[in-house]
Amino acid sequence: MDNVYSLLAFVLLAGMILGSALLVVTLRNLVHSVLWLIVMFVGVAGIFLLLNADFVAAVQVLVYAGAVCIMIVFGVMLVQRPDMQNSNPINWRFKLAAPVVGGLFIVIGLLTAKAQLTASPQEVPEQTVQALAPILLNDFVIPFEVAAVLLTVALTGALLLVKEVKANGNGS
Amino acid sequence: MGTALNPSYFIVLSAALFAIGLYGALSRKNAIAVLISIEIMLTAVNINLVAINKFLTPEAFIGQIFAIFVITVAAAEVGLGLAIIIAMFRSRHTVDLDDFDWMKW
Amino acid sequence: MVDFALTHAWLVPLLPALAFVIIVFLTRPYARLSSTVAIAAIFSSFVLAANIAYGVFTNPGFIEKPLVYSLRWFGMEGFTVDVGVMLDPTSAMMLFMVSMVATLIQIYSTGYMHGDPQYSVFFSYLSLFAASMLGLVISSNLLQMFILWELVGLCSFLLIGFYTFKVSAREAAKKAFITTRIGDFGMMLGLLFLQIVFGTLDLVGLAERVPNYEQFGISLGLLTLIAILLFIGPIGKSGQFPLHVWLPDAMEGPTPVSALIHAATMVVAGVYLVGRTLFLFAEVPGAAEVVAFIGAFTAIFAATIAITQREIKRILAYSTVSQLGYMMLALGVGSLSASMFHLWTHAFFKALMFLGAGSVLHALHDKADVWEMGGLIKKMPITGWTFVIGGLAIAGIPPFAGFWSKDEILLVTLEYAKHGHALGYLLFFFAAVTAFLTAFYMWRLIFLTFFGKEKPENHPHESPLSMTFPLVVLAVLAAVGGLVGTPWANVWGEWIHFGDVHHGDPNYALMILSVVLAVAGIGLAYRLYYQDEEKQLAKQLAERYQSLYKLSYNKYYVDELYAWFTRTVVDAGAKALYWFDIYVVDNIVNGLAGVTKLSGQGMRFLHTGKMQTYALVFFLALLVITVVLAYGNPTLAGSLGGVN
Repeated sequence: MDNVYSLLAFVLLAGMILGSALLVVTLRNLVHSVLWLIVMFVGVAGIFLLLNADFVAAVQVLVYAGAVCIMIVFGVMLVQRPDMQNSNPINWRFKLAAPVVGGLFIVIGLLTAKAQLTASPQEVPEQTVQALAPILLNDFVIPFEVAAVLLTVALTGALLLVKEVKANGNGS
Repeated sequence: MGTALNPSYFIVLSAALFAIGLYGALSRKNAIAVLISIEIMLTAVNINLVAINKFLTPEAFIGQIFAIFVITVAAAEVGLGLAIIIAMFRSRHTVDLDDFDWMKW
Repeated sequence: MVDFALTHAWLVPLLPALAFVIIVFLTRPYARLSSTVAIAAIFSSFVLAANIAYGVFTNPGFIEKPLVYSLRWFGMEGFTVDVGVMLDPTSAMMLFMVSMVATLIQIYSTGYMHGDPQYSVFFSYLSLFAASMLGLVISSNLLQMFILWELVGLCSFLLIGFYTFKVSAREAAKKAFITTRIGDFGMMLGLLFLQIVFGTLDLVGLAERVPNYEQFGISLGLLTLIAILLFIGPIGKSGQFPLHVWLPDAMEGPTPVSALIHAATMVVAGVYLVGRTLFLFAEVPGAAEVVAFIGAFTAIFAATIAITQREIKRILAYSTVSQLGYMMLALGVGSLSASMFHLWTHAFFKALMFLGAGSVLHALHDKADVWEMGGLIKKMPITGWTFVIGGLAIAGIPPFAGFWSKDEILLVTLEYAKHGHALGYLLFFFAAVTAFLTAFYMWRLIFLTFFGKEKPENHPHESPLSMTFPLVVLAVLAAVGGLVGTPWANVWGEWIHFGDVHHGDPNYALMILSVVLAVAGIGLAYRLYYQDEEKQLAKQLAERYQSLYKLSYNKYYVDELYAWFTRTVVDAGAKALYWFDIYVVDNIVNGLAGVTKLSGQGMRFLHTGKMQTYALVFFLALLVITVVLAYGNPTLAGSLGGVN
């Protein structure tokens, strides 16, 4: 019975994710796109829960659905166009891009169907945070620190880029 | 095949999501939209990582760790990308990617 | 001292080489000091060489078993090169002769080159030359010999072109170098063949292996080819027809150079090489015949040119070519001892005559035409009488040196003919005619130069002692140097025998014939150029046989033939190749560049600068590659064709 529920959950979540993702990439209104993006991220967090990765799901919601999307909204506002209705036009490449992307999807799907994936008999523990913490702070301590440095550098750089340039005569 | 979830489902989901993101990245004019599409693609990869972690190597948390790092880097990337887009907008008053062809010849 | 000399034979070439280094780097500003260093070095070499010669000649064991000691120079798998010293009577004789002549000529040079601004440089070149030549003579290995062979060629180039301000000297130096290089190329091929086939270039090893050439899997034809290729080197170096053209032109250098290099030493290096490798020519009769014929033909060819030449040194140069032909002829008919004997005597009388000619030029301030000289013997007695002795020697008047050695050559040629080589008679005829011509042109030179009426515009004077002393020494040697090889006491054959000790009975008929030929030649010259004060008869003869006279005077137009050949054939080939280069090769290269340029011009429009287009193409390619790989992979085959 558990299986049926989880399958049902998966189908619903997948439908939600793919639908909202399609809307994200097809809507003309950029703000709507971002809102649908939030929906999609939440759906992905659900998938992560389904995969027994509660910590990653939490991070997904916090970072993506929260911080990133808000940041994008701010970005959208900063580069505001006069008409938000048509702020996200399609260029001429979609005619070519669609078949390529479709082909790619089909190829990956077919190869996946062919792939021999041997599922491991073990189960993932329900509580992942207790297991994650020692790994992250022992084995992966250096990447962890590097990621911290990377974030610092990236945000400092972002500040520097966004700062008003006085020398620019026609600045806003 | 039973009704149990198996990794193929997740891989196909991830592939579909990746394809959608790619479509967006290729077909949108707005730079911010392209950035959003790239985020979708990264998310698809994350799904893949976590799914493989659960089904194939449940005793090790490498996939999840990896996903966390991807999320971290993606956040940094979005911040930086937006900053660049804003800087470009300030200098050109547009974020239409077709207008940014300075790398021509 | 003798033992020391035998074990330290390598010092003989080393001392002049040391002198060369010292002069070039230390004493060049001091002319006197430089010449002293050079002469001291070469004289020490001479003393050593004399001791070596004494040690070798008093010990008959060296004939069968040469004294060889060598160092490993370098080696690799299946190929080793030694540098060594090989002492046997032949090389001992050459060492003795070369070092002696070089010593005398260096002494002579102190007088002849006196006051020349390049005095020290001249002596450094002479020392280098002496070192190379002595090293060549005692080489135990053909590769070592070849290297030194090239080095004497280089010294020859430097010394011929010594008067760098003269265009003709520069041209002559280039001509000499290039012509001899042509020969050396053939020789190099021969050496490579020898190394490939027999696996060694040591003379001793080759002498053992060549007679069993069939074991090394080569045919007689290939061996003949090797021998002839090897002989091409001596053709160039020893001025044999058809590469003789450089030798007369080489007289542009200072006279001591002509005497040292183009009479006594370097030009006989070719003869010496053939003598050294005679075991090879003994195996292949064809190659030996080629050597004999080229020698005989060169002898008569150069002699007929010499009878009409006017420049004193040019006559001597053609005489040298002719005498070298004699030596080659002797080698071709298989007699090493006759050839070496003639080499020995010829070195003395020809060096003597060159030095005498130098003395004359010195006195007449480089006036070279024999028709403008005359009666010089009154003012220059020493030069004149020594020159007469040289003339008697080369003409073959007994008991002077040339008589014995020439006789020996005529004798071995005759025997060669008697032993079933019908063509040997033709060779003998050539040699005999050459003997007559030699006497004639030499005495023509002597009568025109030293006798007859004095020309009032000349103010000759006897040369200084430093120049006359070598003349006297050489004259004595030219007079008595042949006595070691008389048929009655053939010490020579004892020394330099190579399985052909010639002590046949003295052939009196032949002796008488050669004396008659010599006397006839001298008599004809006497009649034409001495009795006939106004030289009317000679002029009449020249008029009557004008075409022949012109042919001889213009050296049979060989130079013109070569010039024509290079101008037409070689230049046409060069033009064709030039055309090919300009229009075909260059066009291919330019075409490639043009294709690149055009494709770049066409392709740059693909480069739109729009990132999304690039990404699109990128993923399209990714798709295609994935599909291709999936289909090409047997484990994945069918995965794209649906589920199986």
